[in-house]
Amino acid sequence: MSYVAQTPEQIRGLIAKAKRRDVLFVALGVIALGIGFATFLALFLDMLLDGWGRLRPEFFTQFPSRRAAQAGILSAWVGTFLVMIVTAAVAVPLGVSAGIYLEEYAPKNWVTDVIEINITNLAGVPSIVYGLLALGLFVYAFGLGQSVQTAGLTLALLILPVVIVATREAIRAIPAMIREGAYAVGATRWQTVKDHIIPYSMPGILTGVIIGMSRAIGETAPIITIGALTFIAFLPPAPVGAEFPFLSFEWLKAPFTVMPIQMFNWTSRPDPAFHANAAAAGTILVFMTLAMNGLAIWLRYRLRKNIKW
Amino acid sequence: MLGSARPGAAGLTPDASPPPPLKAESRDLSFHYGNGFKALNAITMPVHEHRVTALIGPSGCGKSTFLRCFNRMHDLYPGNRYEGAIVLHPDNTNLLADDVDPIEVRMRVSMVFQKPNPFPKSIYENVAYGLRVRGVTNKNHLDDKVEESLRGAALWDEVKQRLNEVGSNLSGGQQQRLCIARALATDPEILLFDEPTSALDPIATASIEELISELKKRVTILIVTHNMQQAARVSDYTAYMYLGELIEFDRTDTIFFKPGRKETEDYITGRFG
Ligand SMILES: Nc1ncnc2c1ncn2[C@@H]1O[C@H](COP(=O)(O)OP(=O)(O)OP(=O)(O)O)[C@@H](O)[C@H]1O
Ligand SMILES: [Mg+2]
Repeated sequence: MSYVAQTPEQIRGLIAKAKRRDVLFVALGVIALGIGFATFLALFLDMLLDGWGRLRPEFFTQFPSRRAAQAGILSAWVGTFLVMIVTAAVAVPLGVSAGIYLEEYAPKNWVTDVIEINITNLAGVPSIVYGLLALGLFVYAFGLGQSVQTAGLTLALLILPVVIVATREAIRAIPAMIREGAYAVGATRWQTVKDHIIPYSMPGILTGVIIGMSRAIGETAPIITIGALTFIAFLPPAPVGAEFPFLSFEWLKAPFTVMPIQMFNWTSRPDPAFHANAAAAGTILVFMTLAMNGLAIWLRYRLRKNIKW
Repeated sequence: MLGSARPGAAGLTPDASPPPPLKAESRDLSFHYGNGFKALNAITMPVHEHRVTALIGPSGCGKSTFLRCFNRMHDLYPGNRYEGAIVLHPDNTNLLADDVDPIEVRMRVSMVFQKPNPFPKSIYENVAYGLRVRGVTNKNHLDDKVEESLRGAALWDEVKQRLNEVGSNLSGGQQQRLCIARALATDPEILLFDEPTSALDPIATASIEELISELKKRVTILIVTHNMQQAARVSDYTAYMYLGELIEFDRTDTIFFKPGRKETEDYITGRFG
């Protein structure tokens, strides 16, 4: 007669069966999530406990030292901070402009398609390859030295694809209707981009930038490749000074180290006291990454509040 | 057929004689989408000044396509191609000519869309945007014009206290009136409406219809609608389109009471398809 359940009992049976599957799926999801989260928590807690004894103010204000108990991460966190500034200053304007160009201006032809595919692929290139490229290009060809600027440029290259892809996705999320609304009152393409496309895609772009930066902050391989120092007991020159012109960019050319390299250096020492230092530095690095992600979430929430269609 | 007023039609606006001057004319207008589809075929139709012209016809017949030719909206997408002309009077400019900048066209011919599409900016900035892109920066001028446009769109009293609130917080009908205010702020010569009430409830619809009848004193209006009663209520002229062709154009009362073509009559009386 009919292939469809007819009687109330049959219908109830069907619903019950569907609901059991629902429960099963939820259970699987929770287990999967639990495994991921528990692993992270276990690793993190282990590291935190190992490094706990070293997590005190002097740890942040001392240079590395031959004696584990007196070693700190001053040069490492300052180096990381400065390198990140260069990375952001280079990757954001370049990546956002490229994303806007590809989305709003580029003709839709095969050349654009090839570029598009390549950008997506670039995001998957191993980071050490970027290090090699940077060594040849920035250090030797451009003579930028084994410096903060070289590291910043290298990491900027590394996260450029992430920024471009995030920009494009944020732009694509803007409804065509809104864009047409701007053009319909006589806006030019640049006015539309400046007044609408960029502001409305800003939350998405920022999220992409910060996710890219939190990847870059933990990168070790390319930084080692370009020749970061592993032991450094001085700071780059200060960017602001007391005398005219008050601003200095000498720090860009300074040798440097970064957090993950400092960690790497300490873990490779035989003395277990240094391992505690490495664990403490690792804990701080994780907190830095989490803080950046928290910032991304907060910014996205703040900026999205007023953007809805 | 064009513009001929038939005697004996019910006493709808405007007076039967003489026909008002032309604001624009589409001459042998054909349109091809980028995929090669020919959506309009040799449409010749007058647009009378300070009158409301309604475009009706079954879904997919090309009403929106035709409307969007008037402000060169199709130029935003690659591969679209116009043939023929849309002449704007009194200066006899062919809006579709290659040497006419689509931005200039959109400064003269404004548009209100099917779904309200306010920018996610303040009510004030929504209305002021068209002026800002024209380089108006004087705060007093902007204030005056924003108020005037919001009054023109019958929205001023509802929003004057909260001009700095985000436009998308308004109700659907208010949002649509905000979009009308935005389109009015730049004093366009022609205002295009593409099914402006299809997303609104009957009360909001009535207020928009009332507004359209009021606005025609200031601008020439072209409106696409699926609602026969709406076409009858607000328009002075009606064009019936079918499969990219203009089947019949005449005064609205004629189209509704004494259509010249059987297809028109069938569509209007609901015997279509
Ligand atoms: N971007 C496009 N590319 C190709 N063909 C299109 C495009 N937009 C519309 N068309 C086609 O052009 C024809 C006319 O479409 P149009 O949107 O103008 O119809 P309409 O009369 O406004 O219909 P509706 O009443 O449903 O809004 C349709 O056959 C449609 O499929
Ligand atoms: Mg349509």
